[in-house]
Amino acid sequence: MLGNFFLRKRMNFLAYFGLLIIIAFVAGVITEYDPVKGFTSIPKAIVWGFTNFYPNVESFEKLPDILQKIRETLLVSVAATVTGGAFAFLFAIFGAHTTRFNVFLGVISRGIAIVFRNIDFSAWAMILLFSFGQNVMTGYFALFFGSFGFLTRAFMETIDEVSGGPVEALKATGAGYFSIVFKSVVPSTMPQMISWVLFAIETNIRQATLVGILTGTGIGFAFDLYYKSLNYHAASLVVVVIVIAILLIEWLSNYVRRVIL
Amino acid sequence: MITRSETKIKVKSFNKATLVIRMTLLVLVLVTLLGFFTFDYKGIHVFDGIVLTGQTFLTMFLEPHFSHFTFVELISKLFITIGLAILTTMLGAAISLFLALVAARNLASKTTSNIRGIIAVIRAVPTVLWVLIFAVAAGLGSVAAVIGMSFHSIGYLVKAYSESFEEMDDGVIEALKASGATWWQIVFQAVLPSSMTYLLSWTFLRFEINFTVAVAMGAAAGAGGIGYDMFMASVFYYDLREVGIITYFMLLFAILLEVFATRLKRKLRLNA
Amino acid sequence: MKALLEVRRVSKKYGNGSTALSDVSFSIQEGEFVSIIGPSGAGKSTLLRCINRMIEVSSGEVVFQNVNVTKLGKKQLKQVRRTIGMIFQHYNLVNRLSVIENVLHGRLGYKSTLAGMLGLYNEEEKKKAVEILAMLGLQDQIYKRADQLSGGQKQRVGIARALVQEPKLLLCDEPIASLDPNASKTIMDYLKTISTTLGITVLVNLHQVDVALKYSDRIIGVNKGRIIYDGVPREMTSDMIHNIYGSETGDLLFDLGGENAG
Repeated sequence: MLGNFFLRKRMNFLAYFGLLIIIAFVAGVITEYDPVKGFTSIPKAIVWGFTNFYPNVESFEKLPDILQKIRETLLVSVAATVTGGAFAFLFAIFGAHTTRFNVFLGVISRGIAIVFRNIDFSAWAMILLFSFGQNVMTGYFALFFGSFGFLTRAFMETIDEVSGGPVEALKATGAGYFSIVFKSVVPSTMPQMISWVLFAIETNIRQATLVGILTGTGIGFAFDLYYKSLNYHAASLVVVVIVIAILLIEWLSNYVRRVIL
Repeated sequence: MITRSETKIKVKSFNKATLVIRMTLLVLVLVTLLGFFTFDYKGIHVFDGIVLTGQTFLTMFLEPHFSHFTFVELISKLFITIGLAILTTMLGAAISLFLALVAARNLASKTTSNIRGIIAVIRAVPTVLWVLIFAVAAGLGSVAAVIGMSFHSIGYLVKAYSESFEEMDDGVIEALKASGATWWQIVFQAVLPSSMTYLLSWTFLRFEINFTVAVAMGAAAGAGGIGYDMFMASVFYYDLREVGIITYFMLLFAILLEVFATRLKRKLRLNA
Repeated sequence: MKALLEVRRVSKKYGNGSTALSDVSFSIQEGEFVSIIGPSGAGKSTLLRCINRMIEVSSGEVVFQNVNVTKLGKKQLKQVRRTIGMIFQHYNLVNRLSVIENVLHGRLGYKSTLAGMLGLYNEEEKKKAVEILAMLGLQDQIYKRADQLSGGQKQRVGIARALVQEPKLLLCDEPIASLDPNASKTIMDYLKTISTTLGITVLVNLHQVDVALKYSDRIIGVNKGRIIYDGVPREMTSDMIHNIYGSETGDLLFDLGGENAG
């Protein structure tokens, strides 16, 4: 019995471990991943990075241009998150178990949210290229749909987690639907929701870079331009600017979170 | 009004949070408005675009078809994308596990704790940039994709893992330390078993993210897989209906993952 | 009888300037059952942890089995720690592991790092663990997960984990503070048995004075980081207890009763 217990435990562990190895092997074969090349490429990339990928004096001439682009990217990210969040709020109210007033409507809004958040930003960008072309609106709507899907789920979970008790209490006093939503659900979930919106802004700035490469707008376009013209000094300056922008936003939103949560 | 003057002290400490909430909302709305006023619309009519988008949706979702790619091709491309996500997640998880042990406040010595700062910077660089940077050294393909994607995975997982480790009961570590156990023994015998469920659900969540990232890298960084096909269908062939069928493929798999993740989470929670 | 443990003029100051222990000295003979009593924040926990150096002392020395613990290097410290078992108020078990795995953690100090990491215990160690569990009445709980046990059972697993170390000394930090009266009695009875039949020295922090009086060979009273009483329970007076707890006469909830009265 005693030996069995430890033996079984060890066999279990080995079985899981073996399964993982097999999965990794299969994944390596179908993606034609070469582990040796993988490991050797890291030092190569580091050497290349130190010799080529740093901002030099000439690249700083591009700085005004880059700052203009990052400003556009930041604005698009915030605008898309805020408008996406507003729609997400409506859908979350319809879809959350505590606040939905119609089961059918609830199921529909949940379904829409599932579809929207499972189509990636990049896919949205490529779909929207058909209607807006290489335009800032393509990026805006790609981020809008993506954050709408993400925030709807986040808001629904927040509403169901936070306001179950208060809603029941207000229902018991005979309050109407709208006063329940605006006097109880909104105040008790507001800090959490803002926290989610800030998180979505952080992700959207990163996604905006990707979407920008696909749609030829904003900071992603700037990077793509310098990268493809082999101007790595300027490209690295773009990276530095993005990192500073993201760390700044993270720092700001961490401050807000500390105060409100 | 009356109640406010009566409970002045209480309201005051409460006010800072409310003030920050209102300021945040105000700033967000103002920035949004500023954005809409300063965007370079290049003469595009937004309203027409929205109508067109509606028509686009209808066409792509209601009339999907295969033309440049076959069903089997797309399935195999989907598997390539999944494979990229698996490799990235595994590589990222293995490295993160080690780094997180060193970075967790309850396990780390003081000298290693500045690892968090480095990780924050790594996390700030968008994945696509990592992939493109690596592509210069390793060439476009699965190697650059996996290594590049791993960077952001590591940034994300180190944070998640080390926070899971920090949640564990410090008393357990103390108990084993008091019996003369070494750091590695404590990690393997107490820390990992205690936080295994958290680690698993974070890793799976990251796998979900890595799948979408792998799609995106196919499109934006030529990493192959179904994302690249979508890019081709959209930007080169300009075939809306084929984009529709590819979207269906990805959507189905993503929803499958989500359902599985929800089940896994519920099961782990029961087990926790 | 020789002194197993000697604490000499130990002080502990924390970084924020507060003093947890000042100039504490006492010695403990082999086989003794000693209780440390005192109000919350008096420094009882700190004192216990200074002995196996879970907390470093600011000055003074701790001598265990003629070895100055305060001067030891990392490796020797681990060797000393494995001969000192420790029991905690919150049991400090790994909830997701089985009872026997938790007990075997007590052997980690005896193993190479790698063997310990992988949990490779030999049959002898496993047999020993099972024996101890049976002695503590847990023979039916061996394969259960630790979080499925009651508080009293968890504490017995904690004791088993300490015993499997084959310790000379047991340090018990508030072992019954989170338990109901029934389970508390069981635990204290086991600790007493361990002390009398296995000859293991027991040093226990308590805040239940009546329990300390009933079970101890000797009582050490601590207040504000200083020892203000060190003697047998029979000589403990209610005035002394008020001194230790800094309370007003007549405020205490229990009676000294019997021989100690008046």
